[in-house]
Amino acid sequence: MTTTTAEAPARRKKLSPRKRAQRIRIAQYVLLGLVVLGLILFADGGQIQRAFFRPDIIALTLGPQLVSAFLNTLAYTAGAFVVGLLLGTVLALMRLSQVAPYRWLASIYIEFFRGVPAIIVFIAFGSLALAFPGLLFPFDPYGTVWAALGLVAAAYMAETIRAGIQAVPKGQVEAARSLGMPSGMALSKIVLPQAFRIVTPPLTNELILLTKDSSLVYVLGLTKSAFELTKYGRDLATTHSNLTPLVIAGLCYLVITLPLTFIVRRMEANARKAR
Amino acid sequence: MTETTIPTGRRDDEIQIYDLHKSFGQIEVLKGISTIIRRGEVVCVIGPSGSGKSTLLRCVNLLEQPTKGRVFILNEEITDLDADVDELRTKMGMVFQQFNLFPHLTALENCTIAPINVLKKSKAEAEKNALENLEKVGLGDRGGAFPAQLSGGQQQRVAIARALSMDPELMLFDEPTSALDPELVGDVLSVMRDLAKTGLTMMVVTHEMAFAREVADRVIFMDGGVIVEEGHPDEVIGNPQQERTKTFLRRVLDPTHVNTGAEDEAYAVRHRADAAKEAEGDAPAVG
Repeated sequence: MTTTTAEAPARRKKLSPRKRAQRIRIAQYVLLGLVVLGLILFADGGQIQRAFFRPDIIALTLGPQLVSAFLNTLAYTAGAFVVGLLLGTVLALMRLSQVAPYRWLASIYIEFFRGVPAIIVFIAFGSLALAFPGLLFPFDPYGTVWAALGLVAAAYMAETIRAGIQAVPKGQVEAARSLGMPSGMALSKIVLPQAFRIVTPPLTNELILLTKDSSLVYVLGLTKSAFELTKYGRDLATTHSNLTPLVIAGLCYLVITLPLTFIVRRMEANARKAR
Repeated sequence: MTETTIPTGRRDDEIQIYDLHKSFGQIEVLKGISTIIRRGEVVCVIGPSGSGKSTLLRCVNLLEQPTKGRVFILNEEITDLDADVDELRTKMGMVFQQFNLFPHLTALENCTIAPINVLKKSKAEAEKNALENLEKVGLGDRGGAFPAQLSGGQQQRVAIARALSMDPELMLFDEPTSALDPELVGDVLSVMRDLAKTGLTMMVVTHEMAFAREVADRVIFMDGGVIVEEGHPDEVIGNPQQERTKTFLRRVLDPTHVNTGAEDEAYAVRHRADAAKEAEGDAPAVG
């Protein structure tokens, strides 16, 4: 916005908008160059390497246990995703139910688990046996982790799935019902397939979040063979008073999440094109 | 309610409607509709926007629950609480203004999903029948196409084939050409014309006066939620007796007519009715 008015034309020669934009761009490059230069001048490369990338500890971290931790992270995430998807679908349907108490229950569940930090849920979950003596999840420790992570994931997924179901036009149900399909069949054959197509990109985003959230399950108190990436990296980092194992663990997460991010982007681009 | 002989028990009475009322909230859209549609009859329902003609059609297969009144399909009461509505719906196909094809299925799958899942037909049998119906609507070679790959006119013809694939006794058409580009209307109408010739019972809500005049055995003119005039198209369209029918036809048939504001008013009524309907049931009925 220029502040000049017709009565008082600006005497000082103003830069044209394009020239101004060009100068701002140049200033940004200069700033970036200065910051990089500063980092190079003041940072001690050797010290950084000793703290984050110590070769002997890298070698030590890259063992069969890292593979096991990597696979555990994958297994925890995948299982929790399945639990979350199933429970989330049930919750989404409850939210849309014509029976009011179902709607209330689902809302309470969703708001509770979305509003409470996941780590508190996991800590509470770790002591569940105190409240329910004799409680045992199958496939220990996987069952416990799947249940804990899945309970939280379901709350987020339920809202996504509900939005997907509501995005399916009402005419679809009407067409299905007019062909004599009972409401359950219309739901499973017509509405849900379309709803899941709509929510695949956001659900993949949930999967990425879930991968990272799986790092919180250490509070459940796992044995060494059940360690996932973060716990494995932290343990090694403490033992050797060095951060290198955690850096490696972090990179391992990227190996999982970056392809997923790429897939989501592709799907979203395709969805835009299809429209 | 005047209890005439309901149901008539006559075997060729396909749709019987008695004193049908429907309100959306405070707005009464249907104010007592009674009519009987016989086997093989083609009945066109015409009337201004907001006159309740679509609502009437949707009450026939219970997509809308009537507030009051009774509807019999093939001498079975669909408005009865004990009625097997799903079973009765398999006997009447419905074609929607917005096509409502299933976008995740191919044209052929659109035509087979209900026969396979509802009528428990074998896949081969359902596909054979579906293909015949697609050929009937001139799309025998487009069975593998998804709805998004078809033009509006083609989509509507697939929708007709989908309804026919249930081998219905009667067909309901809810303004089947209103959402189409003008140059695509003709294909759909000619398919419907062919269907009428086969002796299928058809109830058609439409704005296509030429089609109604040519194909209909009977025309029902509705306005303000009541049947104002009904009879042979030559009478109702050619020589209307009621003032409201005359006014309506003058408007539709003469494109240069001057809008007196009544249409806007009718639109406003319908708009309010829609709003009331939304408020009544905003979530899709899935439970």
